[in-house]
Amino acid sequence: MTQHHRKTVFDADRFVRLAAATAIVFASGSGFAYAQTVVKWMHVETVPAYIQVWEEIATAYEADHPDVDVQLQFLENEAFKAKLPTLLQSDAAPDFFYSWGGGVLRQQSQTGALMDLTEAMNADDGAWAKAYKPAALAGLTYDGKVYAVPYRMGTISFFYNKELFQKAGVKAEDITTWNDFLQAVKTLKDAGITPIAGGGGDKWPLHFYWSYLVMRNAGQEVFDKAKNNEGEGFLDPAIVKAGEQLAELGKLEPFQGGYLGATWPQTLGVFGDGKAAILLGFEHTEANQRNNAGDGKGLAPENIGRFPFPVVEGGAGLVTDTLGGLNGWAVTKNASPAAVEFLRFLTSPEQERKMAAAGMIIPAAVGAEDGLKNDLMRQAAEQLAASTWHQNFFDQDLGPSVGRVVNDVSVEILAGQMSSEEGAQMIQDARELE
Amino acid sequence: MTDSIAMAVARPVASKVHVRYKSPTARGRLPVLVLFLPPALLLFTLFVILPMGEAAWYSLFRWNGYGPPTEFVGLRNFTVLFNNAAFSQALINNGLIIVVSLLLQIPLAIWLAMMLAHKIAGVVAFRLIFFLPYVLADVAAGLIWRFVYDGDYGLFAAIAGFFGVATPYVLADRDLAIYAVLAVVVWKYFGFHMMLFIAGLQAVDRSVLEAAEIDGATGWQKFRYVTLPLLGSTVRLSVFFAIIGSLQLFDLIMPLTGGGPSNATQTMVTFLYTYGVTRMQVGLGSAVGVVLFVICITLAFGYKRIFMRHD
Repeated sequence: MTQHHRKTVFDADRFVRLAAATAIVFASGSGFAYAQTVVKWMHVETVPAYIQVWEEIATAYEADHPDVDVQLQFLENEAFKAKLPTLLQSDAAPDFFYSWGGGVLRQQSQTGALMDLTEAMNADDGAWAKAYKPAALAGLTYDGKVYAVPYRMGTISFFYNKELFQKAGVKAEDITTWNDFLQAVKTLKDAGITPIAGGGGDKWPLHFYWSYLVMRNAGQEVFDKAKNNEGEGFLDPAIVKAGEQLAELGKLEPFQGGYLGATWPQTLGVFGDGKAAILLGFEHTEANQRNNAGDGKGLAPENIGRFPFPVVEGGAGLVTDTLGGLNGWAVTKNASPAAVEFLRFLTSPEQERKMAAAGMIIPAAVGAEDGLKNDLMRQAAEQLAASTWHQNFFDQDLGPSVGRVVNDVSVEILAGQMSSEEGAQMIQDARELE
Repeated sequence: MTDSIAMAVARPVASKVHVRYKSPTARGRLPVLVLFLPPALLLFTLFVILPMGEAAWYSLFRWNGYGPPTEFVGLRNFTVLFNNAAFSQALINNGLIIVVSLLLQIPLAIWLAMMLAHKIAGVVAFRLIFFLPYVLADVAAGLIWRFVYDGDYGLFAAIAGFFGVATPYVLADRDLAIYAVLAVVVWKYFGFHMMLFIAGLQAVDRSVLEAAEIDGATGWQKFRYVTLPLLGSTVRLSVFFAIIGSLQLFDLIMPLTGGGPSNATQTMVTFLYTYGVTRMQVGLGSAVGVVLFVICITLAFGYKRIFMRHD
């Protein structure tokens, strides 16, 4: 077990082994006698407690497999995305790396940089494949081939500050349609409360609104057509209508001051500090707002409520359709069998249960949810289990270039800088340029 | 009277020394060339010329960076680029940064240099203070100013709170953000130009200034007709650095605004990063690179030819 930024002062045993291996390399030119198989695992996780869980899993694995050395390699999120294409085509490629699935993974798979896992997954009557939820596995499969090992699932939903809702006299149970939601925003505003925390600086936090409105208005069929550049594409009336509803929300000026420059951590802080009543966020919002709150404590868990994104009247989408993440570990072409073996161990129900218990993930492995201790996380897992259509994040699913345009457009429409038609046209243009 | 001084200064006595590049040195030059040129030439070709050629080549393809580029699209990337509103904004912003650098930053730097070029008490400390922002890493400076401008917890919030007015969120304001960025640019780089001018001023011959004083020149006249002409080459160099630096502005903006809100603070290089690198559109990104390269080369060589001929 080695980690690049861990301070290992001196490990005599390791040193001797390394020296021996080096000596053999120099002596014979091929030194596998003592050499360990190094498993390079690249991730973007920044929470120390979560990395700790991984390290423990890796150490346990190494104890049973002395010939394997698992190395965690960290890259910052944006740097990771920018560096990956070059990295994958070089000798320094990791054995497996974090993936958000969607269009990016599809692109990577098409270039032959990834290992096709279909055969391994389906061996022994699909023993490995059966360890994961079918929806998770399907989301990482392109043209019948599995390109990543499912790891976690997530869902975006509204979180609200119970105290502030009570103060303004808003009841979360009553918000079932988009109009109810707009009404709640107005009521909160009239009560002198900032209704929503929004992260316009990072853009993607606001693209959840457009995405959900498109899902609720257009439904899966129309969205899939648009994605595949069929029919009217993103100029479909239902999608344009979603943009109009988004503009309506923007006109109410529901966000905190300066939201157009706010990053996601700042946004979580605004919600955590009780400066805004609503946040459209990830399943682990409860932990996130705590980490980013000004006092380091944030809102008490019992003060946070949760409700699904409401339906729109006359829309084709259901309230049980979910938008959210689907993450996996993509294996690179030249990965060693040991790396694949370790990855299977890492994503097994037993290990994922540990991660669920630590509040890290909603597991993609079958039967690991019972590890979830956090109430809000469990609610999210239940919502996912009952999902009628689980859609991966638009900015991932549509690939990097169209996805970023979706983010841009969502912010511009909310800020009143762009009409819904213009936005739809921009996305469609980007789609056609693909 | 003053004019004649300026004339005398502007035209120093020509003392041309004719150097003959002939034997015996010529014979000794070839081995030196053969030995010492290749390493530099190789590195320059490998890391400068070749990538430039590659960028020009990639700009003709639609390519996401995986595998070799295969989809030839001709000049489509350039058409897309020049029809892109964000890129036009980036060009305007680059122009604005150049204008502000020339009209605000350099005069400020000259003014401060005039005060700090003399040996008076505490002058070194002041030079250091003014030079400090330049020493700071761009990203660090950007992060510091992001905090200063922050409307919730930053310095601006505290000031606004003290006066009891609503906090302006300058970096989130489409109209104000670019001015906030410009202020940081001036703050960050004036010290560098000031140092150039201090060096330039110290090379100015005191006796010329004394002669002007004896002739009864006022302070302004001394500056306008003696110091400034003598500082000419430094000013031209400083302008050159300001223009090239402005065109390449990137690392200061990323932590401040990332080019937002609504692309209001995009420059050509942040545009390249946002639209080329993060969106995996290597072709489009390369096209931006080519445009930037052409602009830089044209400006640099044009400027050198026209203004820096005699320097």
